[in-house]
Amino acid sequence: MTGTSVKVFIPRDTTSLALGAEQLAAEFTAAAEQRNDHVQIVRNGSRGLFWLEPMVEVETPAGRVGYGPVTCADIDSLLEQGMLKGEQAHPLSLGLAEEIPYLKKQQRLTFARAGITDPVSLDDYQQHDGFAGLRNALAMSAQDIVDAVKASGLRGRGGAAFPTGIKWQTVLDAVPTDLSGQKYIVCNADEGDSGTFADRMVMEADPYMLIEGMTIAGLAVGATQGYIYLRSEYPVAHQILNEAIAKAEAAGFLGHNICGSGHAFQLEVRLGAEAYICGEETSLLESLEGKRGLVRAKPPLPAIEGLFGQPTVVNNVLSLAAIPFIMDKGAQAYADFGMGRSLGTLPFQLAGNIKRGGLIELAFGLTLRELIEDFGEGTFSGRPARAVQVGGPLGAYMPESQWDTPLDYEAFSAIGAVLGHGGVVVFDDTVDMSEQARFSMEFCVAESCGKCTPCRIGSTRGVEVIDRIRNNENREANLELLGDLCDTMIDGSLCAMGGMTPFPVQSAVKYFPEDFEPKTADGGV
Amino acid sequence: MTTIAFDEQREQRVAGIIEGLKHKPGALLPILHGIQDSEGYVPESSVVMIAAELNLSRAEVHGVISFYHHFRTTPPGRHIVQICAAEACQARGARQLEAYAQERLGVEYHQTTADREITLEKVFCLGNCACGPSVRVDDEIVARVSNERFDQLVNELTTQSLEVK
Ligand SMILES: Cc1cc2nc3c(=O)[nH]c(=O)nc-3n(C[C@H](O)[C@H](O)[C@H](O)COP(=O)(O)O)c2cc1C
Ligand code: SF4
Ligand code: FES
Repeated sequence: MTGTSVKVFIPRDTTSLALGAEQLAAEFTAAAEQRNDHVQIVRNGSRGLFWLEPMVEVETPAGRVGYGPVTCADIDSLLEQGMLKGEQAHPLSLGLAEEIPYLKKQQRLTFARAGITDPVSLDDYQQHDGFAGLRNALAMSAQDIVDAVKASGLRGRGGAAFPTGIKWQTVLDAVPTDLSGQKYIVCNADEGDSGTFADRMVMEADPYMLIEGMTIAGLAVGATQGYIYLRSEYPVAHQILNEAIAKAEAAGFLGHNICGSGHAFQLEVRLGAEAYICGEETSLLESLEGKRGLVRAKPPLPAIEGLFGQPTVVNNVLSLAAIPFIMDKGAQAYADFGMGRSLGTLPFQLAGNIKRGGLIELAFGLTLRELIEDFGEGTFSGRPARAVQVGGPLGAYMPESQWDTPLDYEAFSAIGAVLGHGGVVVFDDTVDMSEQARFSMEFCVAESCGKCTPCRIGSTRGVEVIDRIRNNENREANLELLGDLCDTMIDGSLCAMGGMTPFPVQSAVKYFPEDFEPKTADGGV
Repeated sequence: MTTIAFDEQREQRVAGIIEGLKHKPGALLPILHGIQDSEGYVPESSVVMIAAELNLSRAEVHGVISFYHHFRTTPPGRHIVQICAAEACQARGARQLEAYAQERLGVEYHQTTADREITLEKVFCLGNCACGPSVRVDDEIVARVSNERFDQLVNELTTQSLEVK
């Protein structure tokens, strides 16, 4: 047998696997073998063009060419029609992957490697700028690293948009109270918001970037222990992270002596247990300590008294994942993207009833409409889009009149909406907004930590009141009661779970009042 | 195998899990995961053991178990099927799928089918929000689950176990 083998990429991220990538890889290998075609299958991450998954790519002298969405039934015809030579006759041909407009129009910094590399290959990672940021950081003082992060303008991507450099400064300056002098880096990988999957994609497509970001954070604040608090709903990410951490340790990128520098950083993945509230940072810390995830009152800030009472950085996956770029290319290179006080890029996640759902990394400033129409190409059902929920289950429902709002933190907060973690969930015109409002309250009932009455009891009452409105019992009085209930939750809740659950509810009532009207004769009730 | 021998074996496994993890800071969640992964649930007998080893009261251990949706204290069926009930999947018909799944399996959420094959649960988001409705079957996630696809998944699960038997 002669000839060199052709590299074929078949993703192994959750969505690709959920669409059959595992069986596809097995059958593809068998079919190629039978034809005496020499292939080397690489299980890459996803590029985040989810409507094309499983998207198979073939390496050719001209670049990587894509085919998708590929099912097992397509394998024979693809091979026959010269896919291994990059021929483009087959109906599933997508041309050069990098030239697909959805991808080409993006500004990929954090997701530069996603889908390109084998997620657990250290060689791949290093050939694509991996660990360059860490090497720079190892030659800098802790204060200089913190200053670079401040200068980049990076704001936390977990929802609250707090400046990351300022948080790190607080932890750098804080003095541990225990004898070991331990500080901690905690990565918030709880990603509980429906409609979000950017953290998952980082962990599944480019886990070394997160490992590198956390290690740099450790150097910056003087912490030698890190934890990734990962939701248990992500079994694929769990497996890939553990694989990557073991390899990074074996190669000296983690452990007692990072890259021979004498600096230490240990990293461990800890699994959550299906509790949305554990994404709130203090609840997360309680959970990491082995307790019920009850939200702590602030102050003290976790930066001063965090995990086991010690100074702790808690950052979202995307915040930490942005660090290697900043330390490699420089703070200014990062700050050059974005607008106003929203600097850098934000990975938007287009989900729900959308034709072309996926990950779209862009500088801030695009509008919601551009995202839904230009990238998403409308709804999956083909019906008109009617409502969009941005920023997870605590985010407002936005009617079409608001879709021209630029996607940046300040513009959104000016209209009472939130960008949060960048999740965009589209609903078509079959949605019943009173049902969605009810769900928001129901979700709060299920996920409240139980510490404050307005959140715990208020949400239960909220479900009942919305049910009465939906049943047309004392409508006016109950709508008023619902308004009061929302105000009480906003004013009397310790954290955003109770404090923001009213946002989707109130926006549904305000912008979609017809859905709270008595149903017409043909609509039942 | 008698029940006593079975209980003893389980006790040994649980003791081994606790022993292997109890030195970790904040060991309780890793221990509960370890036990549930091995036994399918957290049996009452293990609560006593955990409490003793971690110096907690049984009430404290119970408090933690009950806080998290993931942990269960009764044996589940052979497979766990979770339907995503969060917004992005709702926008793609998850509510309809939730109703269909309960009807098809003849159980409500948190219940197990009479043949002990499937325990049905709901879950809030599996990170597959661009291709819903999403379902998790044990450790596998499945995208765009229609009623027909759900039937197919259930059939695969039940025939698999017939072959094993
Ligand atoms: C109810 C609730 C849920 C949250 N869920 C998450 C989450 O899943 N992931 C996350 O990174 N932050 C979440 N947050 C925000 C965190 O409390 C915290 O602000 C964040 O982890 C800080 O990291 P950052 O500065 O890098 O954004 C949540 C907050 C609340 C109130
Ligand atoms: S608002 Fe709700 S979730 Fe937040 S602390 Fe209060 S009870 Fe807990
Ligand atoms: S909402 Fe169902 S997978 Fe995210």
